[in-house]
Amino acid sequence: MTIQAPAGRPAAPTPGHATPLPLRREGPAKLTGQALYTDDLVFPGAWYGATIRSTVPHARLLAIELDPAFDWGRVAVVTADDIAGRNVVASIAEDQPILVPVGGEIRHQAEPVVLLAAADRDTLREARRLVSLRTEPLPPVFDPLASTVVFAHHALVKGDVEAALAADGVVVVEATYRVGHQEQLYIENNAMIAIPRGDGGMTVHGSLQCPFYVHRALRTGLGLDDAHAQVVQAETGGGFGGKEEYPSMIALHAALLARRTGRPVRMIYDRHEDLAATTKRHPAVIRHRTGVRRDGTIVAQDIELVLDGGAYTTLTPVVLSRATIHAGGPYDVPNVRIRSRAVATNTPPNGAFRGFGAPQAEFAAEMQVGRCAEAIGMSPLEIRRRNAYRAAGVTPTGQVLHDDAAALEVLERAAEASEFDWVRARTAAERAGRGPRARTARGIGLALGWHGAGFTGSGEAKMGSVASIELTGDGRIRILTASTEMGQGTKTIFPQLVAAELGVDPDDVEMAPQDTSLVPDSGPTVASRTAMVVGGLLVHAARRLKADVEGRTGRPFELSWRDDARDHGPTRIDERFSPYPGRSFDDATYSGDAYPAFGWAAAVAEVEVDLDTAEVTVLSVVAVDDVGRAIHPVLCEGQVEGGTLQAVGYATIEEIKLVDGRYLNDRLQTYLIPTSLDAPRIETILVEAPFEDAPHGAKGVGELPMDVGAPAVVAAIHDATGAWIDDLPASPERIIAALAGIAPPGPPGMSTVSAP
Amino acid sequence: MTYRLVVNGEPAEVGVPGMRRLLDVLREDLGLTGTKEGCGEGECGACTVLVDGEVVVSCLVPVCQVDGSVVRTVEGLAVAGGSALAPLQAAFLEAGGAQCGICTPGMLMAADAFLAAGAEPTDDAIRGAIAGNLCRCTGYTKIVDAIRLAAERRQAGAGAA
Ligand code: FES
Ligand code: FES
Repeated sequence: MTIQAPAGRPAAPTPGHATPLPLRREGPAKLTGQALYTDDLVFPGAWYGATIRSTVPHARLLAIELDPAFDWGRVAVVTADDIAGRNVVASIAEDQPILVPVGGEIRHQAEPVVLLAAADRDTLREARRLVSLRTEPLPPVFDPLASTVVFAHHALVKGDVEAALAADGVVVVEATYRVGHQEQLYIENNAMIAIPRGDGGMTVHGSLQCPFYVHRALRTGLGLDDAHAQVVQAETGGGFGGKEEYPSMIALHAALLARRTGRPVRMIYDRHEDLAATTKRHPAVIRHRTGVRRDGTIVAQDIELVLDGGAYTTLTPVVLSRATIHAGGPYDVPNVRIRSRAVATNTPPNGAFRGFGAPQAEFAAEMQVGRCAEAIGMSPLEIRRRNAYRAAGVTPTGQVLHDDAAALEVLERAAEASEFDWVRARTAAERAGRGPRARTARGIGLALGWHGAGFTGSGEAKMGSVASIELTGDGRIRILTASTEMGQGTKTIFPQLVAAELGVDPDDVEMAPQDTSLVPDSGPTVASRTAMVVGGLLVHAARRLKADVEGRTGRPFELSWRDDARDHGPTRIDERFSPYPGRSFDDATYSGDAYPAFGWAAAVAEVEVDLDTAEVTVLSVVAVDDVGRAIHPVLCEGQVEGGTLQAVGYATIEEIKLVDGRYLNDRLQTYLIPTSLDAPRIETILVEAPFEDAPHGAKGVGELPMDVGAPAVVAAIHDATGAWIDDLPASPERIIAALAGIAPPGPPGMSTVSAP
Repeated sequence: MTYRLVVNGEPAEVGVPGMRRLLDVLREDLGLTGTKEGCGEGECGACTVLVDGEVVVSCLVPVCQVDGSVVRTVEGLAVAGGSALAPLQAAFLEAGGAQCGICTPGMLMAADAFLAAGAEPTDDAIRGAIAGNLCRCTGYTKIVDAIRLAAERRQAGAGAA
């Protein structure tokens, strides 16, 4: 089934959806200024916290020096010596310290070393300037291709690539693609407030995606048991992956200061600190060698992918996993070899950002398919038609696709809605007739993508998430999950799903706050897993609750739940994840069902390139996304539109420049994101090819649009100008270099070294 | 120094240094935390408020500059004594113009000034009116839709009256 959701109209009954869509649950609070984000919370007597960081990329820390002329009695100072638990930020590996100890190794420019807190901001500002770090420099590594420290690596092989590439009639196309960092740039900066408790415990309120990640970090770093660490999510002003993991670090810092002072401590980053210190999308270098026959059949893909993880492991191994599995793009190719590795450099650690490795990998894959089409004189639409996965297709991990493999459907709908063939014929004619005095050029570009829904491999099975529903003694229906709302609509769709199962109004279903002392660990709010996995658990839990109540009362749930609560008392259903039947992944051989299902996406972008300045205006994007089932089409479209614009920014303007391992453009004046004037018209088409093993069919939507936007835009730039841009972003400097046939400006994402 | 303002229709008096940012006066001295800080450098628009009807970024305005002014913030938009959403807020809710909500207060104030000016609600005009307000969540599509919806309803209402 497909639905074309109403664009730009109020939430009204939608075809295929019987009842009017609920309005955003927390919308009124956000629209009236009543919603409380972390920095809006008031804790009397709170002090302000600050972090002193290294200013060198690689060094031995010899000493921390406090200016003796200052009265340090007014300020709390915390160093690694004050850490009661283990000096690690608990994550996949335990390599990242909370604070670098004296004698320890500084591995990047923004590494936390000393924490300060003071009663007022002026004192804090003064004290900050009076701490100095004595260091002994060590040689830094900035080039990921030269790095010998490997965080993770993979090799995926299907068929015989070398033989296929050498076969008669096979055209071999080779290229190397490089992408740089991208900043999530949520508009609310990272923020945490820690409050020490009388019982020796610690409560943290903050802006975060994953309450139980922060909880675990607090337990490890402060040496607390479960009950003495409490994490509460405040209203969160955007995350996009950027508040998946770094909040653990900030929470630990705030908590250490709170312990030291015995007071609440506010650790609220300003934009500069947030940009300078927190995680970004991984830069990548991706080499493709592709064999294609003249009839358009892609017979072989040889891919080598290197991710720059920055200084510590963080989430890099899982990002690499997703990048690796998605590296070939959504194409059924008989011979595939993907070799990948993630390495360390002396730059701030990179981490999660919407798409999680797939946007980098799929940018390269899609540009390469475009190059192959050009090499054999075929249209970019036709080559994708010939090679896109269909049901029963087999991926490089050996996963057999099911009937919901909607690649062709999203492709055709995007081509049709954008009139791709017609517009492309027009841009080709314009290009052919363009005189030397032409000032602008128009182009159209297409990209097709896929995105594995939920965690990679056995991640979900290992995590064993729990989601709960409670019918309270006083007759209220409450959802208990750790899934956070950060704008995507969790608090709206969960009650909607549960209400639909129970036959009640969504307003009858409450959401318990995301507080680790109240809710079960339903896993992190990442990987587009919230609607599919946690939403699915809630549907199952609602069915069990309904059966229990109806079994006792003999009447339909919607007529009897209040009576049941009064007569029988509270009922709580805890639903634990169990693997989807028949789907499994073997970590040892790295084979099997890498994801329970894939979502599919296509984007068509139209651009205008200024031939004098090489500035690119993205005029329109048609985004077609298969989300399994659109639980709330208005929120779903919102995800597609927002993700698409982030992809447009990634394609055109968003770039971090580095010198000596330090981000140069670490302010909002210099790191630019698209404004309303830069944003294209975005037309969203939602396709529903349900995931048969989820009770509600949903596959997730958050990351899909991020995978296809950038290659569509850069393909359109190629259509307009004839130039292939292999590096992201396709900045004016890179376009001018490509048009002039000269080397592009320095590789994106790689630090230069200042002159001594 | 003592400064006098009228904030959301209420007289307010604050005794603070003259260079204190209007943003801090609103958030910390008057407890109006609806106005947000996204950059503190005039780049993001999250701190947008109306001063004597003009759109300003309150992170760049020292309070001494607005002594005696009339200030409106997001808390002043709701109608019926604060108990009902204003038509602009309702349009944002219906159209899906607020996601994470952190840009929303500033966005609403810029939109409110646009509506008050009575310009034709074309796509370009609306986009121009919110060009100083960054949103990372929505791609702006539904924000533009919401403002257009509010403008159309306002025009229809004015026509009917
Ligand atoms: S906080 Fe004022 S413009 Fe960003
Ligand atoms: S709604 Fe999140 S920044 Fe605009």
